[in-house]
Amino acid sequence: MQRKFSLTINGKPYADEVEPRLLLIHYLREVAGLTGPHIGCETSTCGACTVMLDGKAVKSCTLFAVQADGRDVLTIEGLATDVGLDPLQEAFWNEHGLQCGFCTPGMIMTARQLLEDNPSPTDDEIRKGLEGNVCRCTGYQHILNAVKAAAIQMEKRGA
Amino acid sequence: MATTTVKPETLVGKKVRRREDPRLITGTATYLDDIKLPGMYHACVVRSPYGAARIKSVNIKPALELPGVAAIFTGDDVKDLPSVPCVAQLPGLRMPHHHMLAQDRVYFVGHPIAVVVARDRYLAADAADAVEVEYEELPAVADPEKALAPGSPAVHPQWPDNTAFTFHQEGGHIEEAFREADVIVKQRITSQRLIPMAMETRGVVADWHAAEKSLTLYSSSQAPHLLRSLLAGIFGIPENRLRVVAPEVGGGFGSKIDIYAEDMLMTFVTQRLNKPVKWVESRRENFLGTIHGRGHVDYYELAAKRDGTMLGLKLKIIQDLGAYLQLLTPAIPTLSVLMMPGLYKFKHISADVIGAFTNCFPTDAYRGAGRPEATHGIERMVDILAAELKMDPAELRLKNFPAPEEFPFPTATGLAYDSGNYALPLKTALAEVEYDKLREEQKQGRQTGKLLGIGMSAYGEICAFGPSPATPTGGWESATVKIEPSGKVTILTGASPHGQGEETTFAQIAADELGVNIDDIVVYHGDTQLVQYGIGTFGSRGTAIGGAALYYALQELKEKIKKFGATLLEANQVSLSGGACIDEKSGKSVSFAEIAAAAYRALKLPPNTQPGLVATHFWEPPNFTFPFGAHVVITEVDRETGEIAIRRYVAVDDCGKIINPLLVAGQVHGGVAQGLGQALWEQAVYDDNGQLLTGELTDYAVPRAHMMPWIEASHTVTPSPVNPLGVKGVGEAGTIGCSPAVVNSVVDALSHLGVRHLDMPLTPEKIWRIVQAGGQA
Repeated sequence: MQRKFSLTINGKPYADEVEPRLLLIHYLREVAGLTGPHIGCETSTCGACTVMLDGKAVKSCTLFAVQADGRDVLTIEGLATDVGLDPLQEAFWNEHGLQCGFCTPGMIMTARQLLEDNPSPTDDEIRKGLEGNVCRCTGYQHILNAVKAAAIQMEKRGA
Repeated sequence: MATTTVKPETLVGKKVRRREDPRLITGTATYLDDIKLPGMYHACVVRSPYGAARIKSVNIKPALELPGVAAIFTGDDVKDLPSVPCVAQLPGLRMPHHHMLAQDRVYFVGHPIAVVVARDRYLAADAADAVEVEYEELPAVADPEKALAPGSPAVHPQWPDNTAFTFHQEGGHIEEAFREADVIVKQRITSQRLIPMAMETRGVVADWHAAEKSLTLYSSSQAPHLLRSLLAGIFGIPENRLRVVAPEVGGGFGSKIDIYAEDMLMTFVTQRLNKPVKWVESRRENFLGTIHGRGHVDYYELAAKRDGTMLGLKLKIIQDLGAYLQLLTPAIPTLSVLMMPGLYKFKHISADVIGAFTNCFPTDAYRGAGRPEATHGIERMVDILAAELKMDPAELRLKNFPAPEEFPFPTATGLAYDSGNYALPLKTALAEVEYDKLREEQKQGRQTGKLLGIGMSAYGEICAFGPSPATPTGGWESATVKIEPSGKVTILTGASPHGQGEETTFAQIAADELGVNIDDIVVYHGDTQLVQYGIGTFGSRGTAIGGAALYYALQELKEKIKKFGATLLEANQVSLSGGACIDEKSGKSVSFAEIAAAAYRALKLPPNTQPGLVATHFWEPPNFTFPFGAHVVITEVDRETGEIAIRRYVAVDDCGKIINPLLVAGQVHGGVAQGLGQALWEQAVYDDNGQLLTGELTDYAVPRAHMMPWIEASHTVTPSPVNPLGVKGVGEAGTIGCSPAVVNSVVDALSHLGVRHLDMPLTPEKIWRIVQAGGQA
């Protein structure tokens, strides 16, 4: 049994027919060909699959693809523009906020949500805000620095 | 044509941001699961739910009839193939044949029984569920000490004592030390089983080309050439027709050095089906079927004089091996033996290792591999001795370090520590936290019931594995440097990094040596068809050996560049600097790019010189390197909840010369996070039936952002004389230095209650019970 659905990903329209049980992360990676979001646990505990759904960070291993019907998805691939990298991408690069890079696409999306909710977070607020995303490489310290640096950059741009 | 630009400044020692990052931060890197080949099948492995059982029957019929299923293979299909390999050798080692699919018995939960191959991963999983396996459950044993007790269930029926090997090493005259001693302290110390938990699970894509009789195998591996050699041997595929590619690898921490049953299974399947096939491990499979780390029960006895002089150390290690021997499994505890003296001047040591089979997945090299266990043990023992002697633990340590002029320092375990100033990091860290003030605060606080702990570790580690006679995989590393006709520089390294940033650090080294812009350099790795034979990245060896190989290749190339420079300038001798060859006499110069063009155009060759600018160097290190450092941790224990708050974490590490401070800091932070995970939260728990109770990320507590303290990391720099870069390695330092400092701190916080030792992890419940009982564990 297949179901038709359509959605917008990174500003582009997609329409497909998929099994209702297909997870959103598998749809993004295997049907839409967007392999930026990763699968780290399949139990919504690690956050590697985090994408934005209608502007909210969600773990795409916990949603069926068809639940995104008519909705708007933003993945890591949609962050950079012709002008350049997103301030969060730039900050993760400058501050060495990644090593193996596997958690990074999800980490950046969660950080994006965090800064939208709270544009100038304290260290504790950043740590709390990222607790749903596991990184095994960095010890989180450079990620914390990256989110702080991005917050300052985004404030400057907004001002 | 000549496009190479001259770089303005030296880069070694600078915070250069990583050159691998653009693809990683934009989601465009290619990890294993991102690989998609035309006509590719997906595999799913059927696994045992029992720790020990006889397989009565396997019925694949109902599964074969499901849609999209291409084939199912069981133990019978692979019964004549060789074992999953272990390359470590010890006298008298019992090596069970580790079939890639179980034969008549299963030995651990997760033991592969069948592999289902289908059109997509959902259909493969459906069919795996439909495979009917009938078991007769057998008694299991999951605890290594219980396994060694008489009457315990035998993991392998042919070896009822569950003993894979015993190993003995001694140096000096241990009994003399214990006769001379004024004080002997003894303690049982455990280093619990851990799960490496790289963020990317393992995965394999195997692609057999029947017409060429050749195989391309993509695997998330730390050591692709080793994987190629072993697979070639197992399947009889000529090594020159077997290409192994480690794509972007999402962390390893030792767990991806091994060759696994699934690497072999996919090779088998693709040959049988003549189709590419992919298997990607689920997180649960990763917990059940990728190597674990640690798993030590250690018995220590330390003999000392009343004034604190350490004389002798006895150690018995019971190593939980698991049911089989993976690549290096039995060698890991022998590394603990090598490092058992820590940084102290013991003249006499004696060690016994007993390798115990259990109905668990094998242990093997996990970040630190044997050295965290040794360091945890000796650093706990030093604190226990200090308590016994009523001496300050810092003073006791400082008294027993070799002095800087005593290097190379010979140890009772037969090593030669390369270089060091062991007192400096400890003194630096203690000054940083204002040690004396803290001791006063602790004294005051105890009157009002405040539990403040001051803990330290002075660690040493053996790195840069290593001289080949001491490294089962071979211990050298290789590098090729090619200067292309346009002057662009291509580097091929045999070290295969997976997050360490060698594309950046190696380019920094080459940029400085050649005097070219870093943007003109690209570093490639991880593909056996592209890169000359190499060993891999593990054991803090990437820069110390791979970087050294690169350095020597660059020197060879520089000589050749100068020859071409001299010919072009018609000079006898030229110097190379700033991206140009200069004739000091005439003052004339010729640019690097012009030389590159001339070397390939070959209109005028220097005497006895071939065209082209390529150099390959295989470098065999003369010794290991020995990084060291001190970590000081200030903790506060909550009496009401047993929770431990880390007020300060000060790490002063000495990894020799530093190529890139940004990357070194990253390694220290990440290493500390994994050490802290062991100290406070992480533990792989098997129940008495061999069931893994911590089988998912929901049950296994890896550190998250809100659990980590701020790490105050700094360095002392004692260059290593072992390699021309002076580097020692830093990948494992944080992990090794961390756990004893944390546990020493918490024991210190509770010492006035009579607490002398605590085993990890220091969970709130454990601490709360001890505090409630007034210190009685």
